[in-house]
Amino acid sequence: MNTTLPAKHVFPALQQKIKGHNLIWLDSASTTLKPQPVIDAVYQYYAQCSANVHRSVHTPGEEATAAYEGSRETARQFLHAKSTTEIIFTAGTTDGINLLATSLSRGMLQAGDAILITQLEHHANIVPWQMLRDHHGIELRVAPISDKGDIDLEAFQAMLTPNVKLVAFSALSNAIGTVLPIKEMIQMAHRIGAWTLIDAAQAVATMPMDVQELDCDFLVCSGHKMFGPTGIGILYGRETLLEKLPPARTGGDMIKSVTFEKTTFNDLPAKFEAGTPNIAGAIGLAAAINFLATVPFHDIQKHESALVASAQEKLAEIPGLRFIGTPRQQMAIVSFLIDNVHPHDAGSLFDDDGIAIRAGHHCAQPLMQHFQVPATIRLSFSLYNEENDIIKVVDSMKRIIEVFA
Amino acid sequence: MTQAADLYQDIILHHSRAPRHFGQLEQHSHHIKADNPLCGDSYELFLQIDDQGIIRNATFQGAGCAISKASTSLMLDAIIGKSIQEAEELFIHFQRLVKEPGSPESQDESMGKLAAFSGVWKFPSRVKCAILSWHAMHDVLHHN
Repeated sequence: MNTTLPAKHVFPALQQKIKGHNLIWLDSASTTLKPQPVIDAVYQYYAQCSANVHRSVHTPGEEATAAYEGSRETARQFLHAKSTTEIIFTAGTTDGINLLATSLSRGMLQAGDAILITQLEHHANIVPWQMLRDHHGIELRVAPISDKGDIDLEAFQAMLTPNVKLVAFSALSNAIGTVLPIKEMIQMAHRIGAWTLIDAAQAVATMPMDVQELDCDFLVCSGHKMFGPTGIGILYGRETLLEKLPPARTGGDMIKSVTFEKTTFNDLPAKFEAGTPNIAGAIGLAAAINFLATVPFHDIQKHESALVASAQEKLAEIPGLRFIGTPRQQMAIVSFLIDNVHPHDAGSLFDDDGIAIRAGHHCAQPLMQHFQVPATIRLSFSLYNEENDIIKVVDSMKRIIEVFA
Repeated sequence: MTQAADLYQDIILHHSRAPRHFGQLEQHSHHIKADNPLCGDSYELFLQIDDQGIIRNATFQGAGCAISKASTSLMLDAIIGKSIQEAEELFIHFQRLVKEPGSPESQDESMGKLAAFSGVWKFPSRVKCAILSWHAMHDVLHHN
């Protein structure tokens, strides 16, 4: 038993009963549970001041601004960015990618330029680029993966032709748990002068993301997949690039001066944050980062790797079960199918035992097409899961198989 | 407490394991796709509707969860031999049966085997599964 892991009671949601059973949360890849310090931080903002930021001279306004900008500094340290000017608060990963895509579409990319993604991507890292393809004449390329679910680096390299301007890929597949060799891929992309975007939505709660060490140009993540609130995320951008990018959204806060003839945009990071931001979300995110800092990533990975290995071992004994995705390095996520049991039916029946799993395509339909399956059953682990959860899943699974036998 | 296991009544399990009217219908007047991208359920329906507006024959093929497959199988059982108007009326009744608590249809013996779906409303995420093929059929008949 690892002593650095937080006690389960830190997560109030785990104290609830589902159909008479203690909740077993195996859907952290969808969203993680929230620890008490995060809930408290959000509550305190609304209870104590809830003033707007960057506007008011009154004390509550000053305090709100200090808390919001303090959260930006916490986020900067978390991602090891050089400056808080590189930390843009967004509504989440999807929002961050859309923001970047919109900004890039405003003169930064030309018809004939190409964007390279991988077959492992979440819809959030596919559809925004399709919009650029369809409306701006940008070519969209997809690097293939192997039958096991690993990126084909040779094919990836071959697709890196000089007209590729952006390479966007996830650090950790949300559907099958593949860990991508992102540092190597960033270096390959930089050799041809392409910008790189890391979708770290799934990775941030499991592995450290150091943007300077990775040398990526952009990185996006979501608060709610790392113990923070929903509706908040981070877009990291290299300052020299963010300076060049035009705003994606306009309005209050992102301006220095406005006349009906002309507007001067604000400096970074405000240039990309129009309107009243998600202040409570940013404060909650900072609380989540501080919470995460109490557990070394090494311990989280050790814990989750042990759970993945145990799940693979125990599930492999179930007749008719086959794993979807068996990559070289797999983290936090196990996806599988069982003969004659549709994932959705399994999901409903797991719920009878208080077990929350995800059944579906995991917002990665092209990846499902690659494996020629409509959906999978996905278990995703976090630091509050334990060996007993897997034992209960296996017991429940056997009962479910009997229903459809 | 409502158990999801109650959803899987024998008749539903039976029709999901061994669906009736399964396969392609060579002679058809309507070819319909019923897809639920959320869970990947995907069926093709074949209807043979004659000049008088009577559904003479119908089949389906494809893959999906037990609820959607059994629902499609039982739907075809119920509509074969019926007029378009009768099938449309049944669609309205079935929709109420799976969506509304304590619907009149849940007490209506004329719903026959379809009554097996009367508990689906307790599981809002599964209503779409039960109604998938019905909606696809309705979309076509409605415009017929």
